[in-house]
Amino acid sequence: MGEAVEQAKRIEVRAPMSGVFYRKPAPDQPPYVQVGDLVVKKQVLALLETMKVFQKVKSPVNGKILEITAENETPLKDDDLMFVIEAG
Amino acid sequence: MGDVLKDTIANRGEIALRVIRTCKELGIKSVAVYSEADATSLHLKLADEKACIGPPISAKSYLNILSIIEAAKETGAEAIHPGYGYLAESEEFAKVCEDQGFVFIGPTPQNLGLAGDKITAKKIIKDAGVPVIPSSRGGVSTVEEAIEACNEIGYPVMIKASGGGGGRGIRVCKDEEILLEEFSVAKVEARAAFGNDEVYIEKYIAEPRHIEFQVLADILGTVVHLGERECTIQRRYQKLIEESPSPRLTPELREMMADAAITAARAANYFNAGTVEFLVDKDDNFYFIEINARIQVEHPVTELTTGMDLVKEQIRLSSGERLTYSFEDLKKRGWAIECRINAEDPDRNFLPSPGVIEEYHPPGGFGVRLDTHLYQGYELPIFYDSLIAKLISHDITREGAILIMKRALEEFKISPLKTTIPLYLKVMDDPFFREGDFNTDFIKKFLPEEDEDE
Repeated sequence: MGEAVEQAKRIEVRAPMSGVFYRKPAPDQPPYVQVGDLVVKKQVLALLETMKVFQKVKSPVNGKILEITAENETPLKDDDLMFVIEAG
Repeated sequence: MGDVLKDTIANRGEIALRVIRTCKELGIKSVAVYSEADATSLHLKLADEKACIGPPISAKSYLNILSIIEAAKETGAEAIHPGYGYLAESEEFAKVCEDQGFVFIGPTPQNLGLAGDKITAKKIIKDAGVPVIPSSRGGVSTVEEAIEACNEIGYPVMIKASGGGGGRGIRVCKDEEILLEEFSVAKVEARAAFGNDEVYIEKYIAEPRHIEFQVLADILGTVVHLGERECTIQRRYQKLIEESPSPRLTPELREMMADAAITAARAANYFNAGTVEFLVDKDDNFYFIEINARIQVEHPVTELTTGMDLVKEQIRLSSGERLTYSFEDLKKRGWAIECRINAEDPDRNFLPSPGVIEEYHPPGGFGVRLDTHLYQGYELPIFYDSLIAKLISHDITREGAILIMKRALEEFKISPLKTTIPLYLKVMDDPFFREGDFNTDFIKKFLPEEDEDE
């Protein structure tokens, strides 16, 4: 078990371009993920809207969501931090 | 109805400029509304007055009915022009404008309600004798129902999600075997994508042309058409290049479709400017798709070939004036082509390309019209549409219009943004485009393989 914790790695998920960050697929639906959720590689974590085009923000790894640093419905700049994931 | 002295333009970008310009010519004062992200936008500089209507996100500003009505009241405007997109086709917005005593420069709330209800619209238009694409009557829930509907319609068919749109959630089946395979998958997909697993069946039209007719209707029900627009060159159902006339139509087919467009507008009890859209198949069959109840992005190609200012006509009609001319009176001449220039990278799956415009050199010269809100130093907001300019060429012949377009595209410098200009340059040189020989899949050959999942 101790070995697994040591292997865990902090992975940062950053905005690939500037855009508006959405944690939910629609305003009346629950967020894609919460802090503490286990996620799998390629799972959708959020949406990023740039000039009316929505890009899916996908998890680069299997792991656990440690932090969600971006706020729902706020504009992000290119390379802003969105999520920190503990890879496992 | 009465004279409009002041008009609020409930939009942004090039279409806001377009409407403001016509207002100036008519001696109508204009009020520009803007979000906090648009404080440096060009439409504010051209308008007589301006009013901030909220934060950057469209839902809180350009789609915010209350703030727009408030802005119109505070500035003392009598009329509201919705442009295209945003609230242009909102039945609720048109109704609120009416209830609050404003002239809504566009169709009636009833027209907008019908245009938004595609199933009812199709039924009314079909009953009036205009061909529509054969489809199942409403949703099909079991595979047995699907087979029955397909046998009636005839293969190939498309399974479409009732809750879908923009070309998503469509599966093409060329025979019953494929239908059996695809039906359950289509339902699962529809639920995942749209939260609703209802699907319906529609006849699949192979390699169609997308051709639409501009119509105008006055308050007493006189309807005229202003000829067609060829809008076949699209990507994922988004139009890229439009032209008028269409190189596809024979005079006979044009006349039949024009009659159908007028019949459709009459059946819908239509008012003001609108567009009747059709698909045309390889055997000269045409099918009604929908009525677009607004001024359209591609309206300049009609303006250049008919000499009519469509925004002026919209304002005139909304002031209660009559249509006193026919299509023949307009003596439509020449050929016009429009390229929609988007801040997108065609080499990278049309990824948007926002940022500051550092270098800007617009084209000019004979036969060139440019509708744009760009200027050097302008920062494109991330919040809004990627359409940054409409470049339109006009000449006596199609060949001439293509040569002017090519020259104008070469002159047009916008950097460091990525735009669709390089893609259009390739199209202008394409022998099939030059022959007018293309269908709705045409643009694919210029693009790298797309990952549909992204």
